Amino acid sequence: MDPGTKVVAPELSGAEILIRCLEAEGVEYVFGYPGGAVLFIYDELFKQDKIKHVLVRHEQGATHAADAYSRASEKVGVCLVTSGPGVTNAVTGIATAYMDSIPMVVISGQVPTHAIGLDAFQECDTVGITRPCVKHNFLVKDVRDLAVTMKKAFHIARTGRPGPVVVDIPKDITTARCRFEYPDSVAMRSYNPTVKGHSGQIKKAAQLLLEAKRPMVYTGGGVILANAAAQLRTLVKMLGFPCTNTLMGLGGYPATDPQFLGMLGMHGTYEANMAMQHCDVLLAVGARFDDRVIGNPAHFGSVPRKIIHVDIDPSSISKRVKVDVPIVGNVREVLEELTRLLDGQSHKIDQKALKAWWAQIELWKAKDCLRYDRTSPIIKPQYVIEKLWEVTGGDAIVTSDVGQHQMWAAQFYRFDKPRRWINSGGLGTMGFGLPAAIGAQFANPGATVACVTGEASFMMCMQELSTCRQYRLPLKIVNLNNRYMGMVRQWQQFFHGNRYSESYMDALPDFVKLAESFGHVGIRVEQPADVEPVLREALARKSELVFMDFLTDQTENVYPMVPGGKGISEMILAEDL
Amino acid sequence: MGAPTGAPAASPYTLPAAEGQSMRHIISILLENEAGALSRVAGLFSARGYNIESLTVAPTEDASLSRMTIVTVGSDDVIEQITKQLNKLIEVVKLVDLSEAAHIERELMLIKVRATGKDREEMKRMADIFRGRILDVTETTYTIELTGTGSKLDAFIEAIDKAAILETVRTGASGIARGERVLRV
Repeated sequence: MDPGTKVVAPELSGAEILIRCLEAEGVEYVFGYPGGAVLFIYDELFKQDKIKHVLVRHEQGATHAADAYSRASEKVGVCLVTSGPGVTNAVTGIATAYMDSIPMVVISGQVPTHAIGLDAFQECDTVGITRPCVKHNFLVKDVRDLAVTMKKAFHIARTGRPGPVVVDIPKDITTARCRFEYPDSVAMRSYNPTVKGHSGQIKKAAQLLLEAKRPMVYTGGGVILANAAAQLRTLVKMLGFPCTNTLMGLGGYPATDPQFLGMLGMHGTYEANMAMQHCDVLLAVGARFDDRVIGNPAHFGSVPRKIIHVDIDPSSISKRVKVDVPIVGNVREVLEELTRLLDGQSHKIDQKALKAWWAQIELWKAKDCLRYDRTSPIIKPQYVIEKLWEVTGGDAIVTSDVGQHQMWAAQFYRFDKPRRWINSGGLGTMGFGLPAAIGAQFANPGATVACVTGEASFMMCMQELSTCRQYRLPLKIVNLNNRYMGMVRQWQQFFHGNRYSESYMDALPDFVKLAESFGHVGIRVEQPADVEPVLREALARKSELVFMDFLTDQTENVYPMVPGGKGISEMILAEDL
Repeated sequence: MGAPTGAPAASPYTLPAAEGQSMRHIISILLENEAGALSRVAGLFSARGYNIESLTVAPTEDASLSRMTIVTVGSDDVIEQITKQLNKLIEVVKLVDLSEAAHIERELMLIKVRATGKDREEMKRMADIFRGRILDVTETTYTIELTGTGSKLDAFIEAIDKAAILETVRTGASGIARGERVLRV
């Protein structure tokens, strides 16, 4: 530690110090829920008005809201929970943020230091329970360590490959007193993430890109996290190459641009998956070749191609797929350097080969793999998303839960900008959508925030409707209600002989009355003709939360689909069935 | 609407067996001497399904650092992932795969054996041959200290009468590179 010190003050309590640390970090909102171990912290929150506290109804909601606040704002999300059940409830949200590399600081109360290990009331081993799903965690055992620990927590959360950091604070630490000094900077000999890519490797990558005959650019959440969308666009436009985004990377490249092939992966477009499989040079940027993206790695590896992989995390490189040119570094800086190297060089690209490649891609596109029945008398979920995209001008922040509706939102809402699409891609957490919409709305008070959900996911965190009422959040909730856990049902149809084991949602509530009981507006929509007018009405109700319950086709499936264990070019298309 | 026929597809979570031969590696780690650092390393191995054959750890001459030696088995791909994942742990300062170059390994074993009658003399002789030291003597037992590579300790156990062994305790391997190569901050 070699801190230049910025903020100096007389002796303060741990609780006061914590608030000062949050102020020094520029924290505007803390999402939380009070309890015994954090009472002194809440008392200090009460006495000040710089940091605003958002009271959720369940700690899982606090973590998802803080997570989405970060995704929608580039800032570090902060949440505050009590010991024991407060923390265990938060674990799902912490794991969600961890899987998607979201910078978040979770402050948890702990029983007093003298009671630790004695099975005290509301005690749990927070550091132990959260260890596998955090970037790092701390137990503060001395009030004099608190400020430095908070500084480290924010530093670790936001640098390198970002991630959640838990700071566990025993109750007696919040009352103990010491002088407060908040360090200006933090230096850790054991933590120095590589930022700048190796210039020799970047040169090699540039050369490979110029020699490509069937190039493909594949980018993921790393482009969003590094705020590198503009740099990506410049490079891809300059080269004239096709580009695909992962589920986490949507918005990284403008979806309405002709060079965009749509999302790839298990429910990716035919053209994106085919181009991924058959390209000869692949530029992978801030993406990690996960199982939902490339399917069976052996099948993917059976076709020869050169792979350039840019990632901030060395362990993401050559984890599932061997790559030829690894570049460890900040995605934005590497893209900038690549662009500098390739500027004015694009005439060296074999334009004839590139043209032939695009002709092949056009043939794949002609499959029209996202086609669905537009004449159906029952509401098609895809149609609802298309209309949502239209009426919001493609410019809403869209959060989603997990399942079929998530895939349809990813396929049919065409995101042109980063940080507009907020979903649980890695962990796949049902219940994420509503609290995430809360966080996104706090991060962007004037924006239209839509939560695309399904009746099964929604019921996992629906208590947060109460939070929405308390803070008058005018969310637009699009419930694609097919009375099934749709994705489970789809897999059961395909792979389990149509045995719909426990995937039917019986005894559903009347969602209109439910929304109304929380003080919101609820609208049921049963006819395709009513979809657009209701969406428009919901948007017109600028100060109200509107819950739209769309009764959709129960048998609709998400296509294309790569079955588990198959290669990404082995898709099931709607027309195959 | 029908369903694709045939056997259920393999789970997407089923990773193909790692290619390449599994080899024994000995990894040396310098990590911050902090509470919980050991559990992060041990937790990483169990969470990601890596093997630990042995693990030793103690503070170094600089009390703020611990030195850990892990013996593990894996293909080159797996070992590459292990070292990368270890490096990602915030408390890991530096690490090296000692097996990449010439190195020395030592392990300590304390073994308590029955030493009565004519076996008493034989046990003493065996200990001498293996350059063991007898640390504790009773009328019926010897406690022998043996140092060496793991295979030397194995060889001693093989060489004596199994029925005579009362108790063994081994530290697991500690390792250090030969020559100028050092692991320090």
